[in-house]
Amino acid sequence: MDAILLQILNGLDKGSAYALIALGLTLIFGTLGVVNFAHGALFMLGAFCAVTLNNILSLSRTVVDETQTDFLGNPLKVEVPYIHDWFGPEIGASIIEWSVPLAIIFSIPIMIAVGFIMERGLIKHFYKRPHADQILVTFGLAIVLQEIIKYFYGANPIPTPAPSAFTGSFDFGTMLGFDPGTIIYPYWRLVYFFFAMIIIAGVFAFLQFTTFGMVVRAGMADRETVGLLGINIDKRFTIMFAIAACVAGLAGVMYTPINSPNYHMGMDFLVLSFVVVVVGGMGSLPGAVLAGFLLGILESFASMRQVVDLLPGINQIIIYLVAIIILLTRPRGLMGRKGVMED
Amino acid sequence: MSKTKVTRRGVLKTGAVAGAGLAVPTIFDGSAWADGHAGFTNAPQGDTVTLGFNVPQTGPYADEGADELRAYELAVEHLNGGGDGGMMKTFSSQALKGTGILGKKVEYVTGDTQTKSDAARASAKSMIEKDGAVMITGGSSSGVAVAVQALCQEAGVIFMAGLTHSNDTTGKDRRRNGFRHFFNSYMSGAALAPILANNYGTDRKAYHLTADYNWGYTTEEAVRSSTEAMGWETVGQVLTPLTQTDFSSYITPVLQSDADVLVLNHYGGNMVNSLTNAVQFGLRDRVVNGKNFEIVVPLYSRLMAKGAGANVKGIFGSTNWHWSLTDEGSKAFVQSFGTKYGFPPSQAAHTCYVQTMLYADAVERAGSFNPCAVVEALEGFEFDGLGNGPTLYRAEDHQCFKDVLVVKGKENPTSEFDLLEIVEVTPAAQVTYAPDHPQFAGGQLGACNPGA
Repeated sequence: MDAILLQILNGLDKGSAYALIALGLTLIFGTLGVVNFAHGALFMLGAFCAVTLNNILSLSRTVVDETQTDFLGNPLKVEVPYIHDWFGPEIGASIIEWSVPLAIIFSIPIMIAVGFIMERGLIKHFYKRPHADQILVTFGLAIVLQEIIKYFYGANPIPTPAPSAFTGSFDFGTMLGFDPGTIIYPYWRLVYFFFAMIIIAGVFAFLQFTTFGMVVRAGMADRETVGLLGINIDKRFTIMFAIAACVAGLAGVMYTPINSPNYHMGMDFLVLSFVVVVVGGMGSLPGAVLAGFLLGILESFASMRQVVDLLPGINQIIIYLVAIIILLTRPRGLMGRKGVMED
Repeated sequence: MSKTKVTRRGVLKTGAVAGAGLAVPTIFDGSAWADGHAGFTNAPQGDTVTLGFNVPQTGPYADEGADELRAYELAVEHLNGGGDGGMMKTFSSQALKGTGILGKKVEYVTGDTQTKSDAARASAKSMIEKDGAVMITGGSSSGVAVAVQALCQEAGVIFMAGLTHSNDTTGKDRRRNGFRHFFNSYMSGAALAPILANNYGTDRKAYHLTADYNWGYTTEEAVRSSTEAMGWETVGQVLTPLTQTDFSSYITPVLQSDADVLVLNHYGGNMVNSLTNAVQFGLRDRVVNGKNFEIVVPLYSRLMAKGAGANVKGIFGSTNWHWSLTDEGSKAFVQSFGTKYGFPPSQAAHTCYVQTMLYADAVERAGSFNPCAVVEALEGFEFDGLGNGPTLYRAEDHQCFKDVLVVKGKENPTSEFDLLEIVEVTPAAQVTYAPDHPQFAGGQLGACNPGA
């Protein structure tokens, strides 16, 4: 029982990341009709916003410490961050330590700008082209973005820890009456889950309760009619693309303490996120979120030793297996709408 | 009487057809390796010799590959008489004089392995066939090393392996034309086990998470057999996909087991992520069976330790070489590498530099670039001054036997390079095994292949 609870918890944070990426993918597909294979790269760019902010906050002046020597036997050059000079060592160190949460604010304008430039600069030229062309161009863009990041940041993962207030784990076991230490869950993963919930709720509220959102939903349902009413739907869809980029970016920012970011992290999530979108139903926002969590939890269960011992290799194929079963029984996915990708 | 009219165009056509016809057998019978050379593949012509450096320049090990390439460039510089000479001054064999190899200036070509066997073979093949490389070296993965080693054997050139730690490279996949300076999984297990017993006791229950590929299997086997021999019990063993990034669902079952040690048979990004996840889930704060829970990483790399940040503190592992060693050879290498590039070399850089020097030295001593002469010069070669103490290139399997370092993540690093501290230098005798040891069984060196 405790093992099962633990795997459900485990699936939640992975599911959160899948859901956030799939939500952005579905927003773009639903509004612009574009299959965006560069969406994983946006997740990765978000993570590197956190790394960049950390680097900026850590900008240092070099002080030579005559009492110590470096690896060549020369006097040791010690880096003192400017922020320590400005705010004192204690507050300065705390600001650097909180760079990941601070990166949320830092990344929003950057990701919106990236989304805007991507849509206006490249993707808008492919609206009327076949999906295969869109996939090729966005996949190419993803590779370009990856290589740019690798050029500046290298190929190795870069540790970006959470603030020390969130290190350690929460003991669910004692709360639920199990032995202490049997069901523990890192604080930051809980933060990630709640953060994902807030973003998802925010996106839904924005679409549901604002005039802008209403127009966008109308445009998703019937773009032509909305256009005939004199509404510039293209402009609104561009804004939605920027919002989707921002959602992926924020998912990336908050993911950095869970796994040290590297240039390839977007690709690792991209394929699975597409499976999530298809299982959830192309164009269905609630479907993307539901399928994200469902597949995240299933993946966790399939990695259990008892399951792997029984069915070796199941952990590597479970998501695709479930996708096949769902598509065979419900070809439109869990919550797919009629007419999407069917013409 | 008929008269045959000979035209210029006709002669050209006939010549072209005949030429192509004559070339066909050499293209398709495999002897293209030796095309244009006498005696052996790519015998150096003129006053230069070309070496092929095959390293991962793209992909997840690109940073390691870049450091290997720096070391190769430094080695070439030293061989040609540039710089401060580095380890040539401390190398026990004084055959190298800084005048190239056998008086020929050393030139090099590079290839990108992408850490994929097929890409690595293609780039090695191109360097041999198109660039005339007489020796191939490099690699940051055992899969790649084994594949390229087999190709070099067929082609008739020498392969000096870079960073490859799997037992198989000099075990079941050993080849006469291939040589490995780097240590292996067995040596890691043999060096680590006594240190683990001293620090954690002999009554421990270990749980292994193992990368699902060749290197992972041999490392798990080596560490298991060494630790079980001293009394540890293995209570769990799970293979993790190489592409896995989040290891939480593999870490949490450890909480449910009664294991009190987690062994992470992971390398590269796998190691960074699995160790980070294990620390996040509070494994290091646990007390199981009345003992503190411990984590072990059999193969450490400074570049990877950097990725895991503070999570490596206090964790034991093994490494082939470390820049903080104080022997004359290591100091000379760190000095020339550090002066040229501004930071200390990694263990990957060290093994690649040393392999290049060993090859050049063997050619000098043999007086020939012929692979079979080089093989003869390297087999059973004993040397010192290259950073690991007295070393033997064993003739039976082409594996170097030398001291192995047991290291621990440093508690208070003074710089971004100062991540590991040396706990013990395990003497070569303690990590030496018989050539027919079960973990290395099934391989034959075969005959040397000069190619032509």
